[in-house]
Amino acid sequence: MLHIACPWCGLRAQSEFTYANDGTLIRPDLSNDSIDDHYNYVYARDPRRGIQDEMWRHSAGCGQFLKVRRDTLTHEIHATGAPQDDLDVPKDDRS
Amino acid sequence: MSRYSIFSLARNALTGHRNWPKAWRSPNPKPAYDVIIIGGGGHGLATAYYLAKNHGVTNIAVLEKGWLGGGNTGRNTTIVRSNYALPGNTLFYEHSLKLWEGLSQDLNFNVMFSQRGVINLAHSDGQRDAYKRRGNVMRINGIDAEYLDRDEVADMVPLLDTSPDARYPVKGGLLQPRAGTARHDAVAWGYARSADSYGVDIIQNCEVTGIDIENGRAVGVQTTRGAIKAAKIGTAVAGHTGHLGAMAGLRLPFETHVLQAMVSEPLKPCLDMVVTSGVAHAYISQSDKGELVFGGDLDFYPTYAQRGNFPRIEEVVETMLTMFPTFSRVRLMRSWGGVIDMTMDGSPIICKTPIDGFYIDGGWCYGGFKATPGSGWVFAHTIANDQPHELNERFTLKRFETGAVIDERGAGATAHAH
Amino acid sequence: MTGQVFRNGAGGRIDRTVPLSFTFDGKNYQGFQGDTLASALLANGVRVVGRSFKYHRPRGILGAGFEEPNALVQLGDGARTEPNTQATRVELFDGLTATSQNRWPSLQFDISAINGLFHRLLPAGFYYKTFMAPANLWMTYEKIIRRAAGMGRAPTQMDPDIYARRFAHCNVLVIGGGPAGVSAALAAGQSGARVILAEDNPQLSVSETELADMDNVTVLTRTMAAAYYDHNTLILSERIADHKPAPAPFETRQRMWKVRAQQVVLATGALERPLVFPNNDRPGVMLASAAQCYAADFAVRAGNQAVVFTNNDSAYGAARDMKAAGIDIAAIIDTRPEISDSTRELATNTKVLTGHAIIDVASGRGGATRGVTLKAIHPDTGAPKGSPIDIACDVVAMSGGWNPTIHLFSQSKGKIKYDGARAAFVPGQSFQQERSIGAANGTFDHEACIIEGHNAGAAAARDVGFDAPDARTSPSGIPPAAQPLWSAPTGAKRFVDFQNDVTADDIGLAYREGYQSVEHLKRYTTLGMGTDQGRTSNVNGLAIMADHRRLDIPEVGTTTFRPPFSPITLGGIAGWHTGQNFEATRQSAMSAWHEAQGATFSNAGLWRRPEYYPRTGMTPAEAVHHEARHVREKVGVVDVSTLGKIDVQGRDALEFLSRVYINNLTKLPVGKCRYGVMLREDGFVFDDGTITRLAEMRFLVTTTTTHAGPVMTHLEYLAQVQWPELDVHLLSVSEDWAGIAIAGPNSRTLLSQLFQDVDFANEAFPFMGYRETNAGGVPVRLFRISFSGEHAYELNVPADYGLNFWTALLETGADLDVIPYGTEAMNILRIEKGHVTGAELNGRVTADDLGFAGMMSKLKPFVGQVLARRDALTAKGRRQLVGLVPADGETPIPAGAQILADPDAPPPEFTPAAILGEVTSNCYSPALGHPIGLGLVEDGSDRHGDTLYAHSPITSETVAITLTNPVFVDPAGGRLHG
Repeated sequence: MLHIACPWCGLRAQSEFTYANDGTLIRPDLSNDSIDDHYNYVYARDPRRGIQDEMWRHSAGCGQFLKVRRDTLTHEIHATGAPQDDLDVPKDDRS
Repeated sequence: MSRYSIFSLARNALTGHRNWPKAWRSPNPKPAYDVIIIGGGGHGLATAYYLAKNHGVTNIAVLEKGWLGGGNTGRNTTIVRSNYALPGNTLFYEHSLKLWEGLSQDLNFNVMFSQRGVINLAHSDGQRDAYKRRGNVMRINGIDAEYLDRDEVADMVPLLDTSPDARYPVKGGLLQPRAGTARHDAVAWGYARSADSYGVDIIQNCEVTGIDIENGRAVGVQTTRGAIKAAKIGTAVAGHTGHLGAMAGLRLPFETHVLQAMVSEPLKPCLDMVVTSGVAHAYISQSDKGELVFGGDLDFYPTYAQRGNFPRIEEVVETMLTMFPTFSRVRLMRSWGGVIDMTMDGSPIICKTPIDGFYIDGGWCYGGFKATPGSGWVFAHTIANDQPHELNERFTLKRFETGAVIDERGAGATAHAH
Repeated sequence: MTGQVFRNGAGGRIDRTVPLSFTFDGKNYQGFQGDTLASALLANGVRVVGRSFKYHRPRGILGAGFEEPNALVQLGDGARTEPNTQATRVELFDGLTATSQNRWPSLQFDISAINGLFHRLLPAGFYYKTFMAPANLWMTYEKIIRRAAGMGRAPTQMDPDIYARRFAHCNVLVIGGGPAGVSAALAAGQSGARVILAEDNPQLSVSETELADMDNVTVLTRTMAAAYYDHNTLILSERIADHKPAPAPFETRQRMWKVRAQQVVLATGALERPLVFPNNDRPGVMLASAAQCYAADFAVRAGNQAVVFTNNDSAYGAARDMKAAGIDIAAIIDTRPEISDSTRELATNTKVLTGHAIIDVASGRGGATRGVTLKAIHPDTGAPKGSPIDIACDVVAMSGGWNPTIHLFSQSKGKIKYDGARAAFVPGQSFQQERSIGAANGTFDHEACIIEGHNAGAAAARDVGFDAPDARTSPSGIPPAAQPLWSAPTGAKRFVDFQNDVTADDIGLAYREGYQSVEHLKRYTTLGMGTDQGRTSNVNGLAIMADHRRLDIPEVGTTTFRPPFSPITLGGIAGWHTGQNFEATRQSAMSAWHEAQGATFSNAGLWRRPEYYPRTGMTPAEAVHHEARHVREKVGVVDVSTLGKIDVQGRDALEFLSRVYINNLTKLPVGKCRYGVMLREDGFVFDDGTITRLAEMRFLVTTTTTHAGPVMTHLEYLAQVQWPELDVHLLSVSEDWAGIAIAGPNSRTLLSQLFQDVDFANEAFPFMGYRETNAGGVPVRLFRISFSGEHAYELNVPADYGLNFWTALLETGADLDVIPYGTEAMNILRIEKGHVTGAELNGRVTADDLGFAGMMSKLKPFVGQVLARRDALTAKGRRQLVGLVPADGETPIPAGAQILADPDAPPPEFTPAAILGEVTSNCYSPALGHPIGLGLVEDGSDRHGDTLYAHSPITSETVAITLTNPVFVDPAGGRLHG
């Protein structure tokens, strides 16, 4: 079972959290009405075999979203932070 | 191919079974093929088989990074059904089911397709109506389906808790009598043996590390056993389609997730059907060896590790015991995980890609096993003719751009919600 | 002591002052406190305890613990019966009953043993090669195969016992209470670290009083570590009451521990391997360590005369202990050409034949062993040669070497490696915060185990910041005991996997047919797929395959060890989260009242909602129609507490809501509500509800009951992740407010009587108006909104007061003939009004499909707007919402019907059938006096007046229907606004 450090609540069990989305997605500006750009935001994904940033929610806790830097091959969690944080642990470049 | 039968068994028994030939060869890769299929699971092997059998293409290599059938073909809960409601899915899965019905004879390999019936339980009026809606689509399309009331369900599945004061009482269920289970490993082996007999090279322990593209056209692959050229390349790599797509420079509408499955210790026959819950995601059957085989939801976070975690096992077992309370003292014998491509609408992708000569078969979400024959059949057609069959013309990548998604659950563009 | 003819008068860990009675296959036996079922059976001379899976050969006890593949029994009967239980791990209690499995009609005479005669026809994988013709007969074959397979029987009565789950955290978790584990726990405990030590046996194998006295150390006995998951989470299964006839009242039977440990020490020991030789499955052939364990721990002689058969030194110690217990050791047969002097010393006065092997086991009555045949073997090939020697014996104690128990290590993602000297897989690089020690690490010397344990326990404590004792040094480099693998190269029925009847010949066949990778071998032959998960078979099987392939064992590979380590009960995994406690039940403040009125309930997500209130003299349908009619004629109240409610506040609250709803909200003044629709990012309709402006910077939005959670997540994601610059705060208040809808022509009068300070005049409180008041200091929110299409209000009060207001409405409204109504009537009323819910909001519809195109603001961007422009969402031919009435004006429209022009069209081959749409909702309309329905039909808006068919082959109904406007009642809206 994963243990995830909520930036606000501390280390908690996986069962309190919900995975939400790729953590690097940036929604197109409101003024952007390009179907392609929205397609890329909504549908296209860059799978990473290795370390990636994800957005999780402490859904059965404080309700806040958090950014989680996690390895998809090993499930190790290298860092967590608020959604807008730049996590300061270097990113692995495996793909 | 030496034919299997009770007579060949008897003949070989006389010689101590010393003369059975290898089920398939272990050739070294040639420098070039007409077609390379990446992925030696059920789908890839079936594709090679139907390319040879239906389209006369035999200069084929199937490249498998590990041992054939070692991905989700050998990790699923073996359910075969065709109870889908949306155009695109309905007839495709039914075609696949029809192929299942003759598969043991076609392959001369007993895949033990057991048409014991699948029941989807309904626990509310809304679910009842939804299942009738689905059953009606099936019937109108010539597929068997019956709606059972609570008492009929109770008769067929005596150990199921159908009491009216249950937390979520069973109101009835949708039955597909022709649906059932099959022996998963046998499917890979049967296709491998038959494909091999047509001259298809099945190359195990050969991982693809790159796709060679020249002028917008796929021309070959790089592998751990060297470069191999091919005029056409198809991928059938459940769980790794997004990764392979990325090798070819494609961004695909996939996420990779882990799905766990588990079996109990073997028991004397006590469950004759496949039963799925309508409350939480859970599906249960009993194997011919007597093990209860069951599973449920994804672990719900992306992963390429073929390992799950315990919370999902707890939830699946909770659901199962709520359905079948008397299994409480039965023991869990083994659990495992497989990684699967979750598409953004829960339906598969079998199509050409923007790269000429590069074809994708993937996005099978929870249910690739039942599609194995159908998928191989239409994927072979797509590769051979460079255009889809009617049965898979909706399973395109383009549908996400145009919005013609096939979203049975109506869950929208969240991969793990399907 | 009657009957316990194989029990010694002294010795062992049993308590002879507490005799216990038990039955096996209906026959009475005696044992002692401290026995296992297996030791007690052996004490009584019971040799045959089960039948094998495929050939139904008689089988005896092979091991003494986890490794047991044969002695699986059906324990107990009735509600507490338990299939496939290893007799070697069952603690004996008074009154225990056990039954052998997999035999019919009896253990002594099993009719399926005839399979053994046809074994030549049933090699590995034979079923893949036959039963194919004729095609339709597989189901018949399968029935017979299923009946023969399986093992024990599943209980058919409710489990009367209680199961618990518990979380625990510790600094150091030690698995295994042998010398190494105890030593590790002690060292870690001395440092002050919080330690949990788990041991599967009823007691630690070393008695350690210092450990028991440490407050920071928890010792869990009868506790098996079942699984090792990510982030150092381990699952322990504690058996609290399994050693008793039944748990005491309210006592938990089993407790599952979910332990998060900072450091883990695995001291899980090692298990002995059998040797592979002809007829090595005869009852009486057992592991040397098991025979030793029965002699030393239980004072039980496994037989009168034993032959010890080994390829390594450890069996000499076993022979010594067996001899000490009074077993005559006829000979020690060692496959090695030579043994060391120190080894030979262990066997003083015992005949030792080196360079020999057993080539057959003779059986006597009931299949039990009565002697062995030996031959000398070729030192290089292992092939038997020379003339046979017969030795009489009733026990063969065999040792093929030892496998470290690396299952948990492997589950932890640690890399295992093959150690040629030990001829075993041992732990390599750890992946998690874990250390393997003692026999589990391939260290078989007792003193070395203790030192390794001490050092690992201390290091683990030190790694998490404790001041731990110094490391001790090992006496000297103790060389690993050599134990070359050996298996008889020829001969019939050399069993590798006892439970699944996999023989060396089967492995040879798998090799010849190309099933050569480990996983193919396993799956083709079923090697290692039984309840013992290959504990005694995997390495031998691999070795035989490696031999065929002329490869080293590590080149053939190893299999992954999957959780659980040994099977655990499903009840133990689920704990109390089953049945009524499967999921939480959400009740509104008025639930008890509904229940008291005899309402029937339906589930909506976790909520229970009243469907209707029974009325004397009326059928359920009549009662529902009465409720619906009454609302249209007079007034009714319905519990709508389950709707999702989100409080939205902040300077940018309006901006935020404008971005997430399709509606133009800029002109929404304080004190007004609006009906709103949300799209998903992909442009399809997500949810609908109301938006009420409570104050300049404060809104209350409602969601459907089922979408309350997803909508909240969606909004929070946008607010927190995508638009953090907006000053907006969201709070789910669904459970803070009870909701009651008051609908019908008399609703205004009723509310005027209850809230006399509020002006309910149309001008003061118009349709879509919002007012706040209070009653006795309790805040009250009043919304003039309508789901039924009647003049109606919704009232929100703090949930604690919900029932007070509910009853106050009913009492105050008695003169106005107010009645409560349930979800059934509510559903009729909304269908009559053409309002959409679940079946229409199916996740595949656009706003335009539902007739909401007019609401979509063109003046602002909103979520889903761009992708809603995609071709497939705007093309002609989309299914649109329509009303449905039966063409004959009376036939009910079948629920779940599909809508077609030609219900008799033949089924298609590759092109989907021409289905034009589907019935989404249907009911009898009391207001109109005939059945009606809603549906989604291709280009439905252009087809009003057309006649099509609602076709439901699944219920054998086909009804001609006319398409209409979906608003059946009061399309002009006079009732709402009046």
